[in-house]
Amino acid sequence: MPISNPLANLFGKSPITPIQEHMAASHNAAALLADFFDASNQEDWEKAEEIQQKISEQENLADDLKKQIRLELPKSLFLPVPRGDLLELLSMQDQIANCAKDIAGIMLGREMRMPKKIRKDMTAFVKASIATSEQAMTAINELDELLEAGFGGPEVKLVQKLIKKLDDLENKTDKLQISIRSKLFKVEKDLPPVDVMFTYQIIEWVGELADKAQKVGSRLQMLLAR
Amino acid sequence: MSILAEHGQTLLILACLFGVFMAWGVGANDVANAMGTSVGSKALTIKQAILIAMVFEFLGAYLAGGEVTSTIRKGIIDPSNPLMTPELLVFGMMSALLAAGTWLLIASALGWPVSTTHSIVGAIVGFAAVGISVDAVEWAKVSKIVASWVVSPVLAGTISFMLFRSVQKSILNTDTPFANAQRYIPIYMFFVGFLMAMVTILKGLKHVFKDIGMKLSFGESMAIAALIGLAVMMIGIYFLRKVKDEGNEDNRYASVERVFAILMVFTACAMAFAHGSNDVANAVGPLAAVYGVVSTGEIAVKTAMPGWILLLGGAGIVIGLATYGWKVIATIGKKITELTPSRGFAAELGAAATVVLASGTGLPISTTHTLVGAVLGVGLARGIGALNLRVIGTIFTSWLITLPAGAGLAIIFFFLFKGIFS
Repeated sequence: MPISNPLANLFGKSPITPIQEHMAASHNAAALLADFFDASNQEDWEKAEEIQQKISEQENLADDLKKQIRLELPKSLFLPVPRGDLLELLSMQDQIANCAKDIAGIMLGREMRMPKKIRKDMTAFVKASIATSEQAMTAINELDELLEAGFGGPEVKLVQKLIKKLDDLENKTDKLQISIRSKLFKVEKDLPPVDVMFTYQIIEWVGELADKAQKVGSRLQMLLAR
Repeated sequence: MSILAEHGQTLLILACLFGVFMAWGVGANDVANAMGTSVGSKALTIKQAILIAMVFEFLGAYLAGGEVTSTIRKGIIDPSNPLMTPELLVFGMMSALLAAGTWLLIASALGWPVSTTHSIVGAIVGFAAVGISVDAVEWAKVSKIVASWVVSPVLAGTISFMLFRSVQKSILNTDTPFANAQRYIPIYMFFVGFLMAMVTILKGLKHVFKDIGMKLSFGESMAIAALIGLAVMMIGIYFLRKVKDEGNEDNRYASVERVFAILMVFTACAMAFAHGSNDVANAVGPLAAVYGVVSTGEIAVKTAMPGWILLLGGAGIVIGLATYGWKVIATIGKKITELTPSRGFAAELGAAATVVLASGTGLPISTTHTLVGAVLGVGLARGIGALNLRVIGTIFTSWLITLPAGAGLAIIFFFLFKGIFS
């Protein structure tokens, strides 16, 4: 017997947990970049490919989750936060995974490794970028507590602190990015020009990954401001 | 008159059967909505919910169900209408019971949302307007009832909104939610006990007091209700003490919710009580009307309702719960797990307060729709992850379908009975 009960049908599927899962998948993709850079620096392309596959898997998972969440958020759903903001937050989270996938993809395809002169800085830069994404995940993990508190009170202050830290982390990646670029500029004449062009590109994308993570934070902030 | 003398017993037995059938439907479908919120939020197991439902539905019906029963029995139709003969009233009430019961069965089988209250009101209006005379319906009263169907979800939503806001302010949005939960939740418990006691004393026990020659002033009633509220609060505090703050990595509010789960046991009792006070009348009201006519031979406006009729209604509900209702409770419980105890209590208490208020005024309302309004109220306070607003549409549709369907079936049965017995 089918149940068409107004009370039972009243409850839609809450998007909060799926959004947290999506963020976890996106961050997993980004976090794998640390090992990927190590492998590429050691020219272990077999291992690099293995990691690239894993990144790709996480990115696909994030994509599937994203589609699922969008499908389950019809306009008739009444949410505690604006639907548009929630979808934008989701899209920012998704771009973290996309960035990670692009970086791994092009580096594997061109068998790129970082020039020796900037290698150490680059490792620190990638780690800082991943830390930004991790901080974004920490903030997103507060979403269920935010819902529990009805998006108010000390919980909001706590999340705002997390977002502030996220901003600081992103600033750090900005500074690292600038210093790496100037270091690369100093040695670029001695390197194959095409490789240098792509290295600049990779630096750009690693910075962009941190940028997207920060944007996750700012979208979260928009959810809170009401 | 001769019809009643000849077939009186048969008609009464038939009416009893139909009444139990209707009560069975209430127990199988409606109670599940009242109890499902507690089961969904995991404050109660299904067994506990059924136990609470059995006890408090009955108490509600017995102690506070009198006003709604009398509305269903003699408020919708005008007994002084010259065309309203005793046997027509008997046929009409029987067909109303059978029509509402049948419609509930058909609609549930097809998976349509129905309300027992709307079915029975539609059925009574139907037989009276078509079978007897359009003037035989107390249209003023009917429009008041219909208006209450719109007002009750809105009122419940408003109360729940404010309740949940107060919970946010005093407990959830503080630095020490667990300690504040322990401190403030007894106040809500007091409110639950006070409210139920107040309605019972003011409305339900009116006749009892009159019989034993006792008269309570409003102040005295209030004092007694306050005492009962305090007693409920003490029991609550005893159980609250047992909950310890265990802490939880994933969710800092896990222990707080366990405190609310205790509160929800109390609001579940209130909800069952409220539901019993309003919905049992749907089955018992028409039966009481039939009994009144058959036992006196005329449409007596003042006949005491014998206790066995209420017992019969209560028994029907319990059977409905035991045979089918528990399944519906389980299904609904699974669907509304998003409702945590801190939300569930606010929704239940808002709905229970509204329903009990309506019961006191003698207005038959839909518990389910009131509960939907209450949940929406909590949602408006940004308390719930996602709510499906399309449900509001289905509620309107259910009115549009149920009222004519109940009326139509009642008209058919009415002429059928008339044909068979006269």
